Amino acid sequence: MTRKPTPKWKPCGIWLAVLLAVLIAAPALAAEVYKIGGLFSVTGPASFLGDPEKRSLEMAVAEINAAGGIDGKMLEAVVYDTEADPQKAVSGINKLINKDRVLAIIGPSTTPATLAVKGFAERARIPLISCAAGIAITEPVTPWTFKTAQNDVLAVAAIYGHMKQRGIEKIALLTVANAFGESGKQQLERQAGDYGLQIVAAESFGGKDTDMTAQLTKIRAASPGAIVCWGTNPGPAVVAKNIRQLQIDVPLYQSHGVASPKFIELAGEAAEGICLPTGKILVAGLLPPDDPQKAALNDYILRYTETQKMPVSGFGGYAWDAMRLLAEAMKGTGGDRAKIRDNLEKIENFAAVSGVFRFSPEDHNGLGPEAFVMVRIEGGTWRLER
Amino acid sequence: MQEILQYLFSGVTSGAIYAVIALGFSMLYNSTELINFAHGEFVMLGGLALVTLWGALGLPLLAALLISVVAVAAAGAVFQRLAIATVKDPHPITLVIITVGASILLRGVAMIIWGKDVHSVPFFSGHASIDVAGAKLLPQSLWIFVIAAAIIVALQFFFKATLTGKAMEACAVSRRAAWLTGIPTGRMNLLAFVLSTGTGAVAGAIIAPITMCSYDMGTMLGLKGFCAAMLGGLGSLWGALVGGFLLGILEAAGVGLLSSGYKDAIAFVLLLLILYVKPSGLLGSAKVQRF
Repeated sequence: MTRKPTPKWKPCGIWLAVLLAVLIAAPALAAEVYKIGGLFSVTGPASFLGDPEKRSLEMAVAEINAAGGIDGKMLEAVVYDTEADPQKAVSGINKLINKDRVLAIIGPSTTPATLAVKGFAERARIPLISCAAGIAITEPVTPWTFKTAQNDVLAVAAIYGHMKQRGIEKIALLTVANAFGESGKQQLERQAGDYGLQIVAAESFGGKDTDMTAQLTKIRAASPGAIVCWGTNPGPAVVAKNIRQLQIDVPLYQSHGVASPKFIELAGEAAEGICLPTGKILVAGLLPPDDPQKAALNDYILRYTETQKMPVSGFGGYAWDAMRLLAEAMKGTGGDRAKIRDNLEKIENFAAVSGVFRFSPEDHNGLGPEAFVMVRIEGGTWRLER
Repeated sequence: MQEILQYLFSGVTSGAIYAVIALGFSMLYNSTELINFAHGEFVMLGGLALVTLWGALGLPLLAALLISVVAVAAAGAVFQRLAIATVKDPHPITLVIITVGASILLRGVAMIIWGKDVHSVPFFSGHASIDVAGAKLLPQSLWIFVIAAAIIVALQFFFKATLTGKAMEACAVSRRAAWLTGIPTGRMNLLAFVLSTGTGAVAGAIIAPITMCSYDMGTMLGLKGFCAAMLGGLGSLWGALVGGFLLGILEAAGVGLLSSGYKDAIAFVLLLLILYVKPSGLLGSAKVQRF
């Protein structure tokens, strides 16, 4: 009878007060730093993209902070691993939008993941700068989505331009059966007519296949003037080895998907003579001194090799460029997302690692054909063509 | 004609790979009635061990091969002792789930040790292909073929002509009866695991130059090897060989005569058909029904 329920409530009241205080204080705390979200395939089949991208983003953030941040505000990167899985990317972007309340998002690393999260960024009105190559990301243009990786279209144009120079007329396609290969195949088929090329055979292979001699035997029977292989390691290396094995004496073109020293290591001697398009990062040392990207490339390569203690990858630059573009656009906005978006669209002649960016309301990729160069593998290293 | 022969060679090359992996499945099933879904991962470990020992450390090929196989077989023994032998109620489903878990663990460990990149090793003996009536065959395919045949002959001899082998087979027929006659069933189980993971390591090491190695190569290879073992009849060693080659040749023929887009579909539809007509596999005996 004498006991009252009040003592039970007292601690509760204290907690409630603490909770309220935290809730009120939280936005004030959050405003002290600018949070930038990252969605990269750090592990899984596309880790060769996501791992260097995550490192590059963190490197860029550290550098901007060391230089005093943006308008005196420090940056903070929040990175989630997508494992190249669109579902994980969607849960990642939801966390970034609702829990971390980031100002802008960099990534995802792959096209399927980007297409899966694009709608969420648009609805939440958050600038998204993707690091994936698929053209469907920025075509048609949507207000909040940008990207820094060169479009597949440009890679195909570079290959076909090179073939035309060599007087090749008939070609065969060998593409990997996934989103990257399908998108490449589409572009290869669409643009062939523009360069007067005739596709005499189109075969595909699985990403984990161990032998492509059957496909190549079929291709050989169609006697093409050149073979274009579109895929990411290790498939294309197997193709290169199989072509050597079958002694098919036809020039082989690869996509920018294998533009890394790893490909030469895997294919070994079979890599000799292969031509492929790549961003300039792979051949930065061979570029003429008047190249507009030279300074940006040398700066990035030096920093990456110094801080990460490993050779630079051809893909980390996408995230590096994205962060630098974002930093440029964030200046003077006070953290207003709409203003950041508007500023991104106004960026012009921004020389970076992947190319010279010229964004506009009609173009959210901002790169031209000069972003790709053709290289040939000779003596276990790259040679600039033309 | 030249094309047909080339398709056959392609099929034989992949077929030999599937056959050696199927052998490990069949062998273990033969002695323990267990399907080890981590088998593909032991194949991967064999390949990656060779990458390190031969490719990176520069040991002689034969020594590197031997050490890889012994090390992986030892890992198989540890796996059996820690995860399989300690199970109180060794119901087949429980054990199968344990092997699935082990495969995930091994993949993760390999990713930490060897990284996420693909690794490659040179061919055992040159890369100039052999010309047979206009079609080309890799010397490495011959290596795979010869080593696979040698393993089968050795296993066949072991099971049919040695007391230990017969004791192992007896354990599979009836564990309790074997135990009553004084056969140490626990040790036989361990031996079966060592042999099975050892053959898996051999498979991984000899296919490494062709397939190249990465931490996640085991899943697909394990699946193909399992299909080959089912096709040939689980538990039959010669069946594993026949199933492997049949699967490889069907795949290559599918690519050549129809379309590369249907490669896996053709092979798997035929697998379903064969299992529908003869559920125990081509060379399997009817006792497989017990599972």
